[in-house]
Amino acid sequence: MRPFDYVRADGTAAATEAAQGGATFIAGGTNLLDLMKLEVMAPLRLVDISRLDLGGVEDMAEGGLRIGAMVTNADLAADAHVRRDYPLLARALLAGATGQLRNKATTGGNLLQRTRCYYFYDTSQPCNKRDPGSGCGAIGGFNRIHAILGASEQCIATHPSDMAVALLALDAEVETEAPDGARRRRPLADLHRLPGDEPERDSFLEDGELITSVILPPPSTGRQDYRKVGDRASYAFALVSLASVVEMSEGRIARAALAFGGLAHKPWRDREVEEVLVGEAPSESLFDRAADRLLRDARGWGGNDFKIPLARRVLKATLRTATGTEVRA
Amino acid sequence: MRMELLVNGDRHALDLDPRTTLLDALRDHLGLTGSKKGCDHGQCGACTVLLNGRRINACLTLAAMHHGDEITTIEGIGSPDALHPLQAAFVTHDGYQCGYCTPGQIVSAAAMLEEARAGWPSHVSVTLDGPVELTDAEISERMSGNLCRCAAYTGINTAIREAAEKTNGDEVPE
Repeated sequence: MRPFDYVRADGTAAATEAAQGGATFIAGGTNLLDLMKLEVMAPLRLVDISRLDLGGVEDMAEGGLRIGAMVTNADLAADAHVRRDYPLLARALLAGATGQLRNKATTGGNLLQRTRCYYFYDTSQPCNKRDPGSGCGAIGGFNRIHAILGASEQCIATHPSDMAVALLALDAEVETEAPDGARRRRPLADLHRLPGDEPERDSFLEDGELITSVILPPPSTGRQDYRKVGDRASYAFALVSLASVVEMSEGRIARAALAFGGLAHKPWRDREVEEVLVGEAPSESLFDRAADRLLRDARGWGGNDFKIPLARRVLKATLRTATGTEVRA
Repeated sequence: MRMELLVNGDRHALDLDPRTTLLDALRDHLGLTGSKKGCDHGQCGACTVLLNGRRINACLTLAAMHHGDEITTIEGIGSPDALHPLQAAFVTHDGYQCGYCTPGQIVSAAAMLEEARAGWPSHVSVTLDGPVELTDAEISERMSGNLCRCAAYTGINTAIREAAEKTNGDEVPE
């Protein structure tokens, strides 16, 4: 591990001030320290935010929940309100990592965890995300876990989070504080970037900008599901996952919120897919039309070609369950 | 940098490089070698300790971040003269072969049983709000952060299930 200065912040203003220019926040540290040991990341300064007053899962006056950025994944999955009103979120959290990791990993840190691309992790290999301009080892290399949507010629990495996929389907917002004191509230959909020609930037956060909380709107009445397909049933990242909220009314789909993991550089939600479904009576042909829309620009890179039919099957299986549609022989 | 760690009830003043993980502080600076270094990346669970009663990977956190926190290692769970029920059950049911993962398995299991008693659901739980029944599937899922390369999982599961029945309602030692 490269040497660094360690600073324990005593408030959010001090934290954002200290975190500019080559510094990194450390919260749970489960991903960051892993990467620092491999020297994939080598921050000059670590700003410890673990003692800041950013905990707690609270009811909001207008309905919904405010989740502190330092709330652990374990506490969030076990929270009574989350289990009752946002079961999709509890299921997504429990589908990821291990008991030990969930006790340390935080809400803010989970959103900002880095890709598990093998080439990003291996400092002997080219990677535009780790070392801009060095090339992409995954293109033309091993790319089983890589993106089929929204990738670029610079980077085909995927975002690994289960939690973020659930939060996206639940219309979460993210609150931040910047070094100049400015507080922002943005939809989660506007937090993560596509790689484009700057794959080293995972998010739209500015230098020193700190996630302080995640806001969930009041729960909807639709059915919530989290379906995850991976190489193992436990402690494995998603190859394809789908967080869904589907509401039926008089035999028709009244609302559908569909967010996918494992497909792209960010949690993937395509409103046009949802528009295909809303107002329609559920059927196999309708589900296929939704999948066609989702995958209209999908591109495999060899090792991940299977994700294209897999994403279709995951979507159709979820829609059958959520709409109560029988599978026809 | 200077810090104070509270380990198994004892206070220790240390002056360490900021890069020192909690695991290295325990093993190399406090002589508590029960916590093992396996993968050093949070994948195997051999380094599992309790932090304020919760199980964590000691390899994936910095000692400097735990000034004043309560740490419990396998040395604080039980001793040869006073085995914790989990330790006794692992002996009875051969919950190991080489034994390297065993301290992590036992510390992890102690905290896992507390989580189950608190009603925390798991990935394999049918409902999110029901009482937790520690079936083999539940134990395996909840212990997925502890690998055993000797594959002594049958004995490990049996030992944990037996200890869970014997200690039901008891507090895990801090």
